[in-house]
Amino acid sequence: MKAAVITFPGSNCDRDLAVAFERAGATVTRVWHKDHELPNGTDIVGLPGGFSFGDYLRCGAIAARSPIMVAMAAHVARGGHAIGICNGFQILTETGLLPGALMRNAGLAFLCKRVPLRIATADSAFTAGWANGAEIRLPIAHHDGNYTIDAEGLKRLRGEDRIAFTYADNPNGAMADIAGILSENRRVLGLMPHPERAVDPALGGTDGAVMFKGLLDLAVAA
Amino acid sequence: MKARVHVMLKDGVLDPQGEAVRHALATLGFGGVTGVRQGKVIELDLTATDAAAAKTEVAKMCEKLLANTVIEKYSVEIA
Repeated sequence: MKAAVITFPGSNCDRDLAVAFERAGATVTRVWHKDHELPNGTDIVGLPGGFSFGDYLRCGAIAARSPIMVAMAAHVARGGHAIGICNGFQILTETGLLPGALMRNAGLAFLCKRVPLRIATADSAFTAGWANGAEIRLPIAHHDGNYTIDAEGLKRLRGEDRIAFTYADNPNGAMADIAGILSENRRVLGLMPHPERAVDPALGGTDGAVMFKGLLDLAVAA
Repeated sequence: MKARVHVMLKDGVLDPQGEAVRHALATLGFGGVTGVRQGKVIELDLTATDAAAAKTEVAKMCEKLLANTVIEKYSVEIA
């Protein structure tokens, strides 16, 4: 599997995401946000967590208009996989590649802790390593993770089984306890929790590694 | 020519920051405040000379970047 991890000014989980992909067996290329092309044969693009452009204007708003995002949108339109974690999820909603928006946490506090999550659907390359309803633990670290979407959009996400992860104990006020969602073709995942920070037993558990291993299998099968 | 853009959360979208401001005001003794909504003001200096054309152009900027129309509404004043 060939993964491309994009770095924006202010990204701070790009290295961790690259390591998580590498440990799963992927070949990783780091890509700067001002680049106009992804490496040939990229299977999956990773948008890392952090504070791209200092969260100016809105979280992810400026990064969503970076030059590389044109190539990213084309990759997704071709049916390529992509994952956006935390700030990466915010960037995906700002580009419109995923619906809804991420607002300030309901309690206004920056939250940094490990939280229990449920696998709301195992029907995606990202979640196929778990059973529906399985409970896992991943770290969260965000100020703006309060997912919101209009009633029609929520109905659609539910009807199409596109809610990938829910919080077992909602920490941020997210609508319908949503922690992560899938695109219509199920190949783009955005989530607030950090699976890349849970791939080593010495650091916060290994639940996140399940996701990255699952992605490798997919590329081999394809 | 200058443009002033007001960006506010749409009605019905909960504003946790506004709520926190309301609570703080109540703590200071301003008990008569029943609601606070917090938004932003963005001022733009423009080379345009035609007000109507400028307004249309700034509205495009709002749609593409300045506002997230999923959760926010905006208004444009040209001065």
